[in-house]
Amino acid sequence: MFSYYLQLGFHSLKRNPVLTLLMVLGIAIGIGASMTSLTVFHVMGSDPIPWKSDKLHYVQMDSWDPNRAYDDDDQSMPPDQVTYRDAVALIEAGKADRQAVMYKVAWPVQPENRDIKPFQSLGRATSGDFFALFDTPFEYGNGWDRAQDKEHARVVVLARETNEKLFGGQNSVGKRVRLNDVEYSVVGVLKEWKPKIKYYDLTNGSFSDPEEFFVPFNTAIELKTPAAGNNNCWKNSAEGWEGYLESECIWLQMWVELENATRTAEYHSFLDNYVAEQKKLGRFPRPVNNRLPDVNQWMKDNRVVSRDVEIQLGLSFAFLVVCLVNTIGLLLAKFMRKTGEIGLRRALGASKPQLFMQHIVESGVIGISGGLIGLLLTWLGLMAVRGLYDYFDSVARLDWPMVLATIGLSIVASILAGLYPTWRACQIAPAAQLKTQ
Amino acid sequence: MEFRPILSALMRSKVALVLIGLQIALTLAIVSNALFIINQRIENMGRASGMNEADTFMISSLGFGAGYDVKNAYAEDLATLRGMPGVANAAPILTVPMSQSGWSEGISLTTTQQNSDVGVAMYFIDEQGLDTYGLKLVGGRNFTADEITHRDVRSTSWPNIVMITKALGERLWPGQNAVGKQFYLDQEKPPLTVIGVVDRLIMPWPNISNRSGDKNAYEFSMMVPQMVPFGLQTRYLVRAEPGRVTELVKAVEAKLAQTNTSRIVREARTLTEIRAECYRSDRAMLIILIAVIVALLSITALGIVGMASFWVTQRTKQIGTRRALGATRGNILRYFLTENFVITTIGLALGAVLTYGVNLWLMQAYSAQRLPVLYLVGGMIALWLLGQLAVFGPATRASRVPPAVATRSV
Repeated sequence: MFSYYLQLGFHSLKRNPVLTLLMVLGIAIGIGASMTSLTVFHVMGSDPIPWKSDKLHYVQMDSWDPNRAYDDDDQSMPPDQVTYRDAVALIEAGKADRQAVMYKVAWPVQPENRDIKPFQSLGRATSGDFFALFDTPFEYGNGWDRAQDKEHARVVVLARETNEKLFGGQNSVGKRVRLNDVEYSVVGVLKEWKPKIKYYDLTNGSFSDPEEFFVPFNTAIELKTPAAGNNNCWKNSAEGWEGYLESECIWLQMWVELENATRTAEYHSFLDNYVAEQKKLGRFPRPVNNRLPDVNQWMKDNRVVSRDVEIQLGLSFAFLVVCLVNTIGLLLAKFMRKTGEIGLRRALGASKPQLFMQHIVESGVIGISGGLIGLLLTWLGLMAVRGLYDYFDSVARLDWPMVLATIGLSIVASILAGLYPTWRACQIAPAAQLKTQ
Repeated sequence: MEFRPILSALMRSKVALVLIGLQIALTLAIVSNALFIINQRIENMGRASGMNEADTFMISSLGFGAGYDVKNAYAEDLATLRGMPGVANAAPILTVPMSQSGWSEGISLTTTQQNSDVGVAMYFIDEQGLDTYGLKLVGGRNFTADEITHRDVRSTSWPNIVMITKALGERLWPGQNAVGKQFYLDQEKPPLTVIGVVDRLIMPWPNISNRSGDKNAYEFSMMVPQMVPFGLQTRYLVRAEPGRVTELVKAVEAKLAQTNTSRIVREARTLTEIRAECYRSDRAMLIILIAVIVALLSITALGIVGMASFWVTQRTKQIGTRRALGATRGNILRYFLTENFVITTIGLALGAVLTYGVNLWLMQAYSAQRLPVLYLVGGMIALWLLGQLAVFGPATRASRVPPAVATRSV
């Protein structure tokens, strides 16, 4: 029966090609617009490390100015980075299952091979736990351990591209690399690791690429390496690098891994105690306000999904509603024009449910065609979005769930749009229609 | 006019009325809010930086090696740059407007003030900075060569003279001449004296959210007579002679790389590029919203055409009857135009409510501003015109229905 209805549907659609085209295009444009913005929204907001995002917590402590909250827009929000003093104290206490302090550095890379010109490279100075914390995949070797953290080891982990550039992609573990005039020995090389969102450091661009090399935190500090990322101070500090390390300036990001909610609660009270101790020393002048947001919460706090993207999503779905209302009107017009035919079918014995099925199938056909064209429009739309926002390259891409959602949405939408016109069509009394024929 | 028959006819096909009305209401709500956002973005993007953008570019040099001397690098590089053909002037800088990175400080007017509420962007320049940026001095004087010092990035002391923008002066000392006035960056240290005022120089982050309510807050900038290397990195602003900026970018890049090999020359970016990047997301939003408006208006127009054609077909017989009873073509045409006007007006009335509903949502969720009524009125007029245009085709077709139709059975 279904295939017969399908045939009837196609036949009926072919009879008014212009009207059919209008309906299909209406749905397609609505679907294209809403799915384009939904895809950007979905990928931007999607969990970058779903298997452990709830175990990874960003550390926030309110060490800020007593007279002014850190964030003017949200006064309850503690600063988004920590001071050197606090980071070191927390790492030394070692209360979390894993912990990593980190900051962005910019160093020249001076290749041994004179044919390769020195180039500037962005790196991350961090703790050895970083790699296990974020499950970075290794091609060769490993990260460094906590002992090497302590002794300021001159070791480096290279990203895949850097290893490609310096060693032609060969296993370079044990080889030497010169960074800013200091020699490091390669201990590990990462596999391709490009999270769509740079969730582990949202203070320096949520969609930037991961760093090109990783070195121990203490090594970078010993070499007095300034942060290439954000640095904020509310209080003037003492002269020089030592003064800076002792200061209330915030410039470090800190992550901890905590196995479960109990551990998180324990860590939270550890932080509260730590701040209480510091208050006795005259630091932390604001009320105690420590936070341990997990990955997804931290992404929300930092508005990884921007206001514009949310507004676009709202607008595009309102647009889809307009397209659907439009389709309802056109379908109604179409079905009402077929009253004679419907009357005839009823007179020949077709029941109301059968007629209902027939017309819902016809709406579905419009939906599927609209969905397919809509998919094409979504693909074009995403291409346009990538052109408009250069840093959306990784997020404005279709994935399978989104393809299926697009087709699903268009079928559901067109059937919804078809319900009322179909119901109206089925109310037609056969006799009244046949009389005038 | 013939409102009564139109209304009674409309009441008989309420669904169609609701469908078109709803479509028009939603369209109005989206279009007027989108137009408002578009206009704000255009205003944002159109703000002048106060500097010469057409002929300038910045370039950075990152030195390496124990023997690398930053002070030397500054002296050599500036001499090289200023001596190059095609270069109008060059200066050591930390940042440029719209580049999104830089240094900010809080200003206090007294040593006792607890809370500095004036955030200001810091521009570090030498005596050629004013000319290289292309700024207009409106009061006081420029720095002299012997006032320029080298600053360590970790240093905590400040020189005792600065230049500020007119907007900052107006904020700190309303209605007074800022030249000679003093303020504090560090209340435990001596105050800084304003020696010059420039007309305008916007912050590196002109899109800052501004809670203090001062609409000129993005113009609060200060010029400090210092050269600040970042580690071994030095940065310069180069102003080319008019029209030569593109060729000079390459020439300067090559020249700097050649004069000293223990460094990396990078980040050569023209101000035009920096501006485009700064406003990229505004521009993207603008284009997306325009596309949405165009698509929405087309869909709505097509919807009206579709529904009107359907009505004309359905009413062929009545039209014929009316014609047979003496109605002119003009009467029929006017009937459909008026009918559309009535439906559109009902839709627009609902749409006006919806428009402010959407605006309220934007205000609450995104701290947007209240929509000026002008946008609503503009949207309404546009939709009235659109409706009339869309219905014109089907209405003309209706007016051509011959009276003889009335006598046929179908």
